[in-house]
Amino acid sequence: MLKIIKYVIYDILRNKILLFFTLFLALMAFSLFMMQDDPSKSLISLMSIVLIIVPLVSMIFTTIYFYNSYEFIELLVSQPISRKAIIMGEYFGVAGSWVLSISLSLGIPVALYSANATGLILLLSSIALSVSFVSLAFLVSVLTRDKSRGIGISLIVWFFFSVIYDSLILGILFFFSEYPLEKAVLAMASFNPIDMARILILMKMDISALMGLTGAVYKKFFGSGFGMIFSTLVMLLWILIPVVFAQKIFKNKNL
Amino acid sequence: MNRILLILFMVSLTIVTNGNTIRVDKNGNFQTLKDAIRFSKPFDTILVSSGMYSSVNTFVNKPLTLIGVGEVLLNGFNKDDILIIQSNHVTVSGFKLINSATGNLKDFAGIRIQKSKHIRIHNCDLSEMFFGIYISDSRNVQIIDNSSKGKNGGQSNSGNGIHLWKCDSILIRGNHLSGHRDGVYFEFAKHCRIENNLSEKNFRYGLHFMFSDDDVYEKNIFRNNGTGVAVMYTKNVSMISNRFEENWGDASYGLLLKDIKDSKIHNNSFYNNTVGITMEGSSRINFNNNDFTMNGFALKIWANCIQDTFYHNNFSGNTFDASTNGQLELNSFDFNYWDKYEGYDLNHDKVGDISFNPVSLYSMLIEQVPFAVILLRSFIVYLIDIAEKNIPYITPQAFQDNHPVMTRIAR
Repeated sequence: MLKIIKYVIYDILRNKILLFFTLFLALMAFSLFMMQDDPSKSLISLMSIVLIIVPLVSMIFTTIYFYNSYEFIELLVSQPISRKAIIMGEYFGVAGSWVLSISLSLGIPVALYSANATGLILLLSSIALSVSFVSLAFLVSVLTRDKSRGIGISLIVWFFFSVIYDSLILGILFFFSEYPLEKAVLAMASFNPIDMARILILMKMDISALMGLTGAVYKKFFGSGFGMIFSTLVMLLWILIPVVFAQKIFKNKNL
Repeated sequence: MNRILLILFMVSLTIVTNGNTIRVDKNGNFQTLKDAIRFSKPFDTILVSSGMYSSVNTFVNKPLTLIGVGEVLLNGFNKDDILIIQSNHVTVSGFKLINSATGNLKDFAGIRIQKSKHIRIHNCDLSEMFFGIYISDSRNVQIIDNSSKGKNGGQSNSGNGIHLWKCDSILIRGNHLSGHRDGVYFEFAKHCRIENNLSEKNFRYGLHFMFSDDDVYEKNIFRNNGTGVAVMYTKNVSMISNRFEENWGDASYGLLLKDIKDSKIHNNSFYNNTVGITMEGSSRINFNNNDFTMNGFALKIWANCIQDTFYHNNFSGNTFDASTNGQLELNSFDFNYWDKYEGYDLNHDKVGDISFNPVSLYSMLIEQVPFAVILLRSFIVYLIDIAEKNIPYITPQAFQDNHPVMTRIAR
């Protein structure tokens, strides 16, 4: 498995797409920090960009990468290696390179300009976000053999989590505005990794007080130790569940 | 008004200097302030030497000048008021007062001024106070360069720093108020001038007034108070060059205006507040040359505010520039700078060619469905705001600046 991981990382480094993305993200982070005097404001802008771009790029990149290495995977399957080792090797290779990419591209500017709890939370939740979308991409990729269909489904999944889901929440809030919905909203938010990451970062910022009395409910929950453990757990589940399913499907799959 | 005050003060000084001087000393003839006051005649001067003196309910009932020389500590031992002034032409300066009583039945105070005229309190340090300086039914009082600290009793167990009730022509200058319920509290106090004070870390409001017409507030700083500054039911107020800062909290305002009319709010700075200004039922107020920086909401204007004008203000770095709760908008905005303005200036007259609507759809949504704050800074919110900006449908169209300036207005 280690050999597969090593090969995957080497392969990703060689095709340079992720390298370019890392540079691009780092450049953007640096320019955001340099444009504004107040690093906390730049952090907010950075967050808005990261929440859109990181899930999208990690998902599409992983899907394409998986389909492109299909022949290599077929070759591996013919060797005396368990299917679990193959899929997990591929997964850890891709996920590992994403962790590396995000930690470098966001970690360095954040450490230089805003080395505090908010910066750390932004960094950690971006890493978790990218890894959970890598997991989702693996699940999508093993579901179907057709490359264009796989990429299409990936795009739909990304679009669902970053736009459709939130508009559903907004609609529900609007239609049921007379009911006490704070717990329901908390539950709904935890079914979306992007919402989870966004709320976690916002809660660490001063801006939480802006949320007023209703925001106090959220702040009380997410600001507490239990809330922190809860949200970390939810993020972990968002990473684990798709990849576990992907592995199960891959094991019994007729390649 | 001030000139008259000054002349009266000079007159009172000349009268005072004609009296005798009495010394209070730990080893002298008069060992307490009370003895000295009992012995003194009107317009005498009492000099108090360094040391700690017990002072519970010390009545000043004749025109006197009390001066603390060195470190003079008047201790109330948490029993009652410390100094009570019930005479015209009294001057108190250079004392440190400590430990007034706390209670729910009476408003215990460090210095209480009742039914008096021409009083001057300066350079006094009050600490561990319930109420700091409590003035009622008085005129022509000057409170200058004092400080007052509360007992940190929380909102329900604290009094106000400077408390005015039914007063006229009061000058409050250069005082530092902290740890009280309200830093400065006015009720029925007219023609007053409040300048160069610092009111910070009070449990409720930095400044709180009601029914106090024709007052001027200038160059004060209201910082980090529990719920900011709230002023109500008053007309003809001038607030000039004040700073409202760091009032962050669930129900915190830089400045809450409720039923304020015919007033001027000029050259103030609102920095880092949850809400810069909330206005309710307030009309004919001119907001000129103010800076709104890094607030959650810069302005919340309820639809029952009419004929207010906003001219030459800077709005930058606020999460939301403005919000309202209705479709009707009867206030006017002109020549303000908005950092969120995305228009153009083809004729280079430094004024944008298209108007700017500072109310975003999402800020109105939050007013209606508060739980929607959970979607703050999500992609969908960004999308609907852009859609609404391009084809306005819900946000009030009259709520707009027809001449937004292109660059930040220099001060």
